Amino acid sequence: MKQLMLGNKAVARGFYEAGCCVVSSYPGTPSTEVTEEAVKYDEIYCEWAPNEKVALEAAHGASLGGRRAACCMKHVGLNVAADPLFSISYIGTDTGLVILVADDPGMHSSQNEQDSRHYAEAAKVPMLEPSDSGETLAYTKKAFELSEQFHTPVFVRMVMRICHSQSVVETADRVVPPQGEYVKDQSRVMLPAQARKAHIRVEQRTLDLKNFAETSDLNRWEEGSDHTMGFITSSTCYQYVKELFGDTYPVLKIGMPYPLPDQKFRDFAASVERVIVVEELDPILENHCRGLGLKVEGKSLFPMVGEFSQSLIARCLGLPEKESRGITDPIPPRPPVMCAGCPHRGLFYTLKKNRCMVYGDIGCYTLGSFAPLNAMDLNVCMGASLSGMHGFLKARPDYAHKTVGVIGDSTFVHSGMTGLADIVYNNSPATVIILDNSITGMTGHQQNPTTGYSIKGDPAAKIDLEALCRSIGVKHITVVDPYDLHATDQAVKEGLALDEPCVIISRKPCALLKSVKHQSPICVDAAKCTGCKSCMQIGCPAISVRDGRARIDTTLCVGCDVCTQMCRFHALVRTERRDT
Amino acid sequence: MVNIMIVGVGGQGSLLASKLLGHLLLRRGYDVKVSEVHGMSQRGGSVVTYVRFGEKVYSPIIDAGEADFIVSFELLEAARWLPYLRNGGRIVTNTQQIDPMPVITGAAVYPENLLEKLKAQSAVDAVDCLKLAEEAGSARAVNLVLMGRLSRYFDFPESDWLESIDACVPEKFRELNRKAFALGRGQD
Repeated sequence: MKQLMLGNKAVARGFYEAGCCVVSSYPGTPSTEVTEEAVKYDEIYCEWAPNEKVALEAAHGASLGGRRAACCMKHVGLNVAADPLFSISYIGTDTGLVILVADDPGMHSSQNEQDSRHYAEAAKVPMLEPSDSGETLAYTKKAFELSEQFHTPVFVRMVMRICHSQSVVETADRVVPPQGEYVKDQSRVMLPAQARKAHIRVEQRTLDLKNFAETSDLNRWEEGSDHTMGFITSSTCYQYVKELFGDTYPVLKIGMPYPLPDQKFRDFAASVERVIVVEELDPILENHCRGLGLKVEGKSLFPMVGEFSQSLIARCLGLPEKESRGITDPIPPRPPVMCAGCPHRGLFYTLKKNRCMVYGDIGCYTLGSFAPLNAMDLNVCMGASLSGMHGFLKARPDYAHKTVGVIGDSTFVHSGMTGLADIVYNNSPATVIILDNSITGMTGHQQNPTTGYSIKGDPAAKIDLEALCRSIGVKHITVVDPYDLHATDQAVKEGLALDEPCVIISRKPCALLKSVKHQSPICVDAAKCTGCKSCMQIGCPAISVRDGRARIDTTLCVGCDVCTQMCRFHALVRTERRDT
Repeated sequence: MVNIMIVGVGGQGSLLASKLLGHLLLRRGYDVKVSEVHGMSQRGGSVVTYVRFGEKVYSPIIDAGEADFIVSFELLEAARWLPYLRNGGRIVTNTQQIDPMPVITGAAVYPENLLEKLKAQSAVDAVDCLKLAEEAGSARAVNLVLMGRLSRYFDFPESDWLESIDACVPEKFRELNRKAFALGRGQD
């Protein structure tokens, strides 16, 4: 049946149809929905792993056990999974193992714009790259076949625009290959003597794949009527090129960016007068052409940075732009904000008030860096808040009583625990704040090992954060409710005063969780409000000032009570609960 | 090829609107692509969804000067995306105004007389969708009021729209959403 399907859902459908039995992933935009859709198929065991390294190792284990398996992550997650990736490439696989990696050109929701295609070459792992949902479904299934044919894990690389676009697909039935036998084979033990042999196998495998790439229809030559120009392109850029030129110019559409064929590129280049390579981010296809001595144009025309579009390509090729209009007034930006009732708000207000140096991390709380809170000095990657703060304090002991590291519950389990071990073992007077909102928030509410629920929402084992920190060796552990500004302020002040490691757990569930019962909204007593704007300091989207008085949008307010603690004039009061 | 942009503030329900359009257009036999942005922009940020349909659709996105319709949940967002409207295109917008954080903090101002300024630039169909949604039974039905309004510019039979509403909305909300759609479509 023909249906409109999100790219990420098409990956999950591909897992299903290919008979994939195990999916282990860590959430990360724009890849998250793949696993969320896969878990809807009862035939596929799915899980959220604590991080991407664990997820890939688990998926590899499942394929070793004879079942087709997959693992999904965003581009930066692949950095975390890189360690097992390189060895699993050597060990190889007999049963299909697919790694879905989603890049984010334009950084819609990411801290960098790295190009995952480099990993394919570095780890010598073949990579497929679809350009719409239909291809995504087909390539995902193909990836399992290639994995078994060539005994290698296979990447499916997506970009945000493919992940989050819906296009037409045709679905098929699920076919589950019989479970592979497990046979003990010590050539999988990656000691130097075995690894040397494995490397030779990997190089031969890459040559075999290169030959496959010469004839495979994954790399598609589409003829055109005008040979004065020809385009080599892939992924979403293929769609932009076709949008602009239709069938006018020949196109070599690359569906397998690693390993790339040589002769196909040579033949295509020889067939047109001018070869133009269109690819987002790094010049991978272009450099391959240059390595072959072909005369091509690519990054001399197009940017290395950001997302492309049909207009951008037209502009770079000197074609006329479409007429456009606008009003003359400046349009105020509308950046994302912490939601009304966000438990992080009270904590970040407290950190601002205490003028803390805040070592940040990855999650919703990164929004604490925005005005008016401005309460984050930097963030690096998952977990770096704790280890980074540790190093900072070794270099700057004078900051010991004003520096904190903030990290979410899921991020702490992902890669904060080892940083905390460094802090305790190597003794720095660090103040660690775990923002425990009982969910992985930024990616849209995924369970994790601290929430007590599995990916399906079933009860699961739950990490006791206090006990964990205690067992790592932290002696001072405080749990505080961030809606209580006084208690939060006291906990932060006490933590900063200590000369040894301490952990403050700022604990309150995300206000958007369905299980969270909201209080009745706060309203403004206009007679008491002086218009002092104290309540505006917390940056709540429900509060604004109109005609010199505070105003609260009761459709947004969840009654968290943080603003009432800001008001010296008792002008903010709780309304009676309405029954509607 | 017809290009529709759905713009608004994260959390206003634009995903249901694009789902409804996608369902309808596919049933009408068109090639369709819908492109959304998830993640960071959901947290009260500016959000945009592209819906494109025709005989064959390649690019999933709509660029400056290409949109036939900008369907906007909020007035400032209509102004933000105005450069994407093509010559002769039309804005279908809710008249609601939601202050972004820089306006709340006083770092920026919400442009005055925005509706008039938009009308000076293009054809604008402005409706108080929030009022009609509340009349239908829920402030959350603004998306269906807007879809009802948009439906006036297409000669698809009303029954097709209603069928797609039924397919995209859980049963307990169908009556509400059908009512919101009818109010948007009928209002003059």
